[in-house]
Amino acid sequence: MSIPRERIRNFSIIAHIDHGKSTLADRILEQTKSVALRDMENQLLDNMDLERERGITIKAHAVTLIYSAKDGQDYVFNLIDTPGHVDFNYEVSRSLAACEGAVLVVDASQGIEAQTLANTYLAVDAGLEIVPVINKIDLPSAQPEKVRAEIEDVIGIPADEAPCISAKLGTNIDQVMEQIVKCVPPPQGDESAPLKALIFDSYYDAYKGVIIHVRLKDGQVHPGDTIRLMATGAEFTVVECGYGRATCLEPSAGLSAGEVGYIAASIKTVKDARVGDTVTLADNPAKKALPGYRTVQPMVFCGIYPADGARYPDLRDALDKLQLNDAALSFEPETSVALGFGFRCGFLGLLHMEIIQERLEREYNLDIITTAPSVVYRITKTSGEVIFIDNPTNYPDPSLIAQAEEPMTNSHIYTPSEYVGNIMELCQDRRGVFKDMKYIDTDRVDIHYELPLNEIIYDFFDALKSRTRGYASFDYELSGYKKSSLVKLDIMLNGDVVDALSFIIHSDKAYPRARKMAEKLAEKIPRQLFEVPIQACVGGRIIARETVKAMRKDVLAKCYGGDITRKKKLLEKQKEGKKRMRQLGTVEVPQEAFMSVLKLDE
Amino acid sequence: MNNVTPFGLYLHVPFCDGKCPYCDFYSLPADGERMERYTQRLLELFPAYAKRYPRPADTLYFGGGTPSLLGAKRLSALIARAKECFGLDGAEITVEVNPAEDLSAFLRDIRAAGANRLSIGLQSANEDELVLLGRRHTAEQAKKAVRAAQSAGFDNISLDLMLAVQKQTRESLLRSVQFCADAGVQHISAYLLKIEPDTVYGKKKETLCVPDDDAASDLYLFACEELEKRGFHQYEISNFAKPGCESRHNLKYWHCEEYLGIGPAAHSFMEGKRFYYKRNFSEFLGGAQPVQDGDGGGFEEYAMLALRLTEGLTDNGCRARFGGKLPERLLRAARLYEKGGLTVCGEGGFHFTPKGFLVSNMLTAEILYNGEDV
Repeated sequence: MSIPRERIRNFSIIAHIDHGKSTLADRILEQTKSVALRDMENQLLDNMDLERERGITIKAHAVTLIYSAKDGQDYVFNLIDTPGHVDFNYEVSRSLAACEGAVLVVDASQGIEAQTLANTYLAVDAGLEIVPVINKIDLPSAQPEKVRAEIEDVIGIPADEAPCISAKLGTNIDQVMEQIVKCVPPPQGDESAPLKALIFDSYYDAYKGVIIHVRLKDGQVHPGDTIRLMATGAEFTVVECGYGRATCLEPSAGLSAGEVGYIAASIKTVKDARVGDTVTLADNPAKKALPGYRTVQPMVFCGIYPADGARYPDLRDALDKLQLNDAALSFEPETSVALGFGFRCGFLGLLHMEIIQERLEREYNLDIITTAPSVVYRITKTSGEVIFIDNPTNYPDPSLIAQAEEPMTNSHIYTPSEYVGNIMELCQDRRGVFKDMKYIDTDRVDIHYELPLNEIIYDFFDALKSRTRGYASFDYELSGYKKSSLVKLDIMLNGDVVDALSFIIHSDKAYPRARKMAEKLAEKIPRQLFEVPIQACVGGRIIARETVKAMRKDVLAKCYGGDITRKKKLLEKQKEGKKRMRQLGTVEVPQEAFMSVLKLDE
Repeated sequence: MNNVTPFGLYLHVPFCDGKCPYCDFYSLPADGERMERYTQRLLELFPAYAKRYPRPADTLYFGGGTPSLLGAKRLSALIARAKECFGLDGAEITVEVNPAEDLSAFLRDIRAAGANRLSIGLQSANEDELVLLGRRHTAEQAKKAVRAAQSAGFDNISLDLMLAVQKQTRESLLRSVQFCADAGVQHISAYLLKIEPDTVYGKKKETLCVPDDDAASDLYLFACEELEKRGFHQYEISNFAKPGCESRHNLKYWHCEEYLGIGPAAHSFMEGKRFYYKRNFSEFLGGAQPVQDGDGGGFEEYAMLALRLTEGLTDNGCRARFGGKLPERLLRAARLYEKGGLTVCGEGGFHFTPKGFLVSNMLTAEILYNGEDV
């Protein structure tokens, strides 16, 4: 690339969900003529259907663009899109570490939200120059000046030059481009020093193997070089490198310090080239890796089973393929008496879990049953042994437990002040410990709670939205383990424990939850030929009971004039119906009953 | 199935003098010309069918609709032609009759023509229930009809009763049962009311005050018990008879034996094939052929029908028909429900109890499709 390093700008766009991050990215692509208009789809950087639909970015993406600035010079813009969700915080932080600046998009009608701040802090921590932008000025409810003041007061950065734009309509996008040229510093770095490149994204390509996206801090890399990944020590030969364009990869002769680009080196899985790792050259290695690498650990676990047992191999193939691209997804085979063969899967968080489930269903056309999500508990046995439990099945007998601990979070909720009461009630109910509360402005607050992770993985977000009419936003980070009074809750149908319905819960919550589950199951399990008792028990003690009454009447009294068609059809229908049921001992349970107990608040 | 086993002949007579609000059987207003053309069409069809199936029939059943509306002359002509074409030696010949004034002459005439069994649509012996059912007769008329039939020489009479109808209580049901017993009939059909979507009842479902499923079930079990006490033993889900007076024609359906149905909406099972006439009167007159409805008589169908009977599924029955004994897996499945009082299982087979009949749809499916063979 003939453009000198002084005219390179590496930046991300950060925002709260729905504040217009991807729309702004699209406009920037258009303005730099990176995409022919006929190829322009809304939110081009969100490649997956799911991303486009949910309006979120799941994976980081990077594109290299050329911008002709008003000073008559051409600039290289490396736009690094980041996932906007807390589950992917680590990926966000790695993406930001690849930049010198961040465009902070704030919705002119909504102001600063939880993820606005969480992401801004990540950017500030990474030492980035923040370029604030006030978006959605076309909305009737837009209050750009109020939001400008909020940015200055709450975040504490000057916002007098912040462009007021409408990404949707394309208004004042050029001001954003000029601000990027003006405010974001060019990258530093030494081309002659040993190679140090940060991996901020990697994905599996069926033809080229793993493509890693890197930001070169020092040195150079060329096809034919042998690279070493410093965390794993694995070595590979570079087959190709170059720049990511909006719709394709463009090979180049090499990459050098300050640049953002991709490397393909016949790497088999993303596990070998994890986000955050440092790439160096095998024959002239850097002495020290770039800071901050860590392996991401799954935080939330659940069982995933094929609805049709015969599709177990398909499910395994699908998970294998998803894992090629998603190093944070873990899975191992497990067996359930109730659900047959399946997998225990680990996720970064709830959103990550939902995304994987949806992708299995949509992209791999699998009908799946999931069990209740669990966090990872730390159990100290009376023998002194410490074990981590993410599956209720493995929960030790209470008499063997010396101490049980559960993971906690630091949670921030941003909300109009009128909902503070509702939110405190909710957090209290979720065993939250109030930390403090700050006013963002006269009518908006930041409420800080310590909340157990297992209280927010079920339906906390939905509950929060419904109690604040959708106005509150929420963000959390893990804060370590804390001693807790935990019990294992089992559900019995007709006297038999259904392993897939067991879960670990705080003892104070066991009773109300047991009641709700029993009620929900009683509602979802159809009447059978005999009475079915549903019992919830803790340590052998029954704490809730419901009964599905026996079917009394199901008969075609009349077969008139030898017309047996109807009777035959009915029998055929019942035969089909039986296939959709799970036989648990003597009881037939429809698959939806398993899913229904995961959403008890509805 | 090329044998000389007699089959059953069913004639669907689709005429009524009014439509009962619960009924979804095929019927049309009884108009003289229409009934005449219909009778002619049947008379033409008999010889054609006799040629197609050159075998005797040993039951003839006039169902409807209201066959009695055809009048003695037409019914007698049809019986005579049927005898010419299908033999009918020693046959059971049933005519469905609705109670009305002055049936004596009619009944004498059809008895003389060869009819030997009557099925009279009583439905209830309680006037208020009859009104709510939209019936156009009184209990008193029904009583007279039975007496007239007996004087005309009928010694095989069946009364229809309906269970779980509006206003019905144990007491009112008991009155209806007692009415039948007192009338000295040999057979009773007692049907649980089912609300069909395309009926007046179906359309005003919400406003009907029929007993709920639990109450309806109780009424059914009560009826079974009270009928049994009076010597009417249950032989099918909805049928009860004095010993030896079971409907031979209807048993053919449940034994999965052959029957030929003629008339719009009539169903047939002949030579392993099921077929039926569409519910369309003018097409029938115009010479429409029956619609083929695939093969019949397989094990599932046989079992499904046999389980409607109190004799149930037996080794002997299976051996006679399929040359092998009752599959062990069915017996095993049936035993699971014995404790709950839904089935009775013995060495040679099993059958449903009245409680089992009440859930026979689900119970049959559970037993047929339990485990391994699904």
